[in-house]
Amino acid sequence: MTNRQTHPPPIRRRRPRPSNLAVGVTGGLALALAGTLAAAALSNEEAAARMARNQALVAALELTDLCLFTEARYTRHLTQADLHTPFQDAPFSLDHFPSGSVVPPPPGITRHAPMD
Amino acid sequence: MPPWIERQRHLMDYTLAAMARRWGRNLGLVAVYTLLVFVLASVMMFTDAIQREAGQLLEQAPEVVVQRMVAGRHDLISADYMDAIAAIRGARQVRGRLWGYHFDPVTAANYTFMVPAANAPPAGRVHIGAGLARARGAAVGDVLSFRGHDGALFSFDIEGLLRAESEIITADAILLSEEDFRAFFGIRPGLFTDISLQVRNPREVTKVAEKIVERFPDTRPILRSEMQRTYASLFDWRQGLVLTVFAGALLAFAILAWDKAAGLSAEERREIGILKAVGWETTDIIAMKTWEGALVSLTAFLLGVLLAYGHVFGTSAVMFEPVLKGWATLYPRFVLTPHVDLFQLAVLAFLTVVPYTAATVVPNWKTAVTDPDAVMR
Repeated sequence: MTNRQTHPPPIRRRRPRPSNLAVGVTGGLALALAGTLAAAALSNEEAAARMARNQALVAALELTDLCLFTEARYTRHLTQADLHTPFQDAPFSLDHFPSGSVVPPPPGITRHAPMD
Repeated sequence: MPPWIERQRHLMDYTLAAMARRWGRNLGLVAVYTLLVFVLASVMMFTDAIQREAGQLLEQAPEVVVQRMVAGRHDLISADYMDAIAAIRGARQVRGRLWGYHFDPVTAANYTFMVPAANAPPAGRVHIGAGLARARGAAVGDVLSFRGHDGALFSFDIEGLLRAESEIITADAILLSEEDFRAFFGIRPGLFTDISLQVRNPREVTKVAEKIVERFPDTRPILRSEMQRTYASLFDWRQGLVLTVFAGALLAFAILAWDKAAGLSAEERREIGILKAVGWETTDIIAMKTWEGALVSLTAFLLGVLLAYGHVFGTSAVMFEPVLKGWATLYPRFVLTPHVDLFQLAVLAFLTVVPYTAATVVPNWKTAVTDPDAVMR
């Protein structure tokens, strides 16, 4: 008579279905995006107060431009630029400031008669 | 669960298992795709937010600014012009503005010197922008020294700092008194940088501007509406910064979609052949591949948009800083008001998710309709 050892049956852990995982991940991301957009739409009180303070400063200092490109005067005060400012070094000289290549001329000064 | 949904779930299970077999390739694809959506969404959100910011801020800009032009360049304007402009019917609050630039060799940065219309600091004192204070490491009570037009050293006590939240408009500003400004730049009394004015009836702004040019042909009036239009077109879809980034990203996406649409690998064709041989319908194969395309593009789209939101509104679009900064050493730190245009987001989704899904399905449909035996050979 043999003494046979009995092993408990191996526990098979059920793996989640890949489709459940995929729906969970994309659904989670969609919810996160919707939540972020909703939060942005609702929490504008502080932003509105900041905007009001900055608008008051624009009015008090009579500002005409945003301070985005400080490297050249025609990009620092873009709205105040005239037709000649990018060519300030010499006639026909090329615009050499990097921001000049990402900033188009103001629409107000491009509607002009031919210059030559 | 309805049989149709269960069927789709099984198709999805199979698709994901097949994708897992080529996990490296698919992960790389999702990463590249996410990066592409991230760049496009970042540009879109940044331009939209800054356009709104500029539009709202410039609502308070002077209604008209009058410059005097000499030999095609902006020149100083005499107080006589102010008197004549003030006499034009409808013009009010006519004021000479004093402002100018100064290059600071210490920080290699350009500053904007300005005389405020009211509450200017007393002589010898200045108020400075937060960006400038950061660049110079200056604080209230410190002394700032610059060389004036004649080489003489001018020292100013810093009386106050402009609020950090206003950096988007005042990062490089130095506010000082009129007498300090004139002494520093050598501008004699009676001359101004330009003239600002308001117009009583907003509908008469153009008429007043016309009268100014008629009376003084050497002047150039700049209207507030033009200022706002300048910033609207600055970040327009078709121009400048946006086009610079957008063109590259769009080309990358076209290459990605073309690569997909151009054909399947031998392994993929073989897989489709086997599926057909074991009894799969063409519609099943198309459904499976649609799921593959939709899952990859949807995950990449959602992830890309979320990351772009964090980039633009969390870090103030830090990755665009080198593009906007150019050679400048002064760059404002600003917080943009979170806002996402849902229509633009829908356009972005349509432009990225749909073409990719279509590019995935078409070559598979072509393979699936051919004889499995021919496909497997």
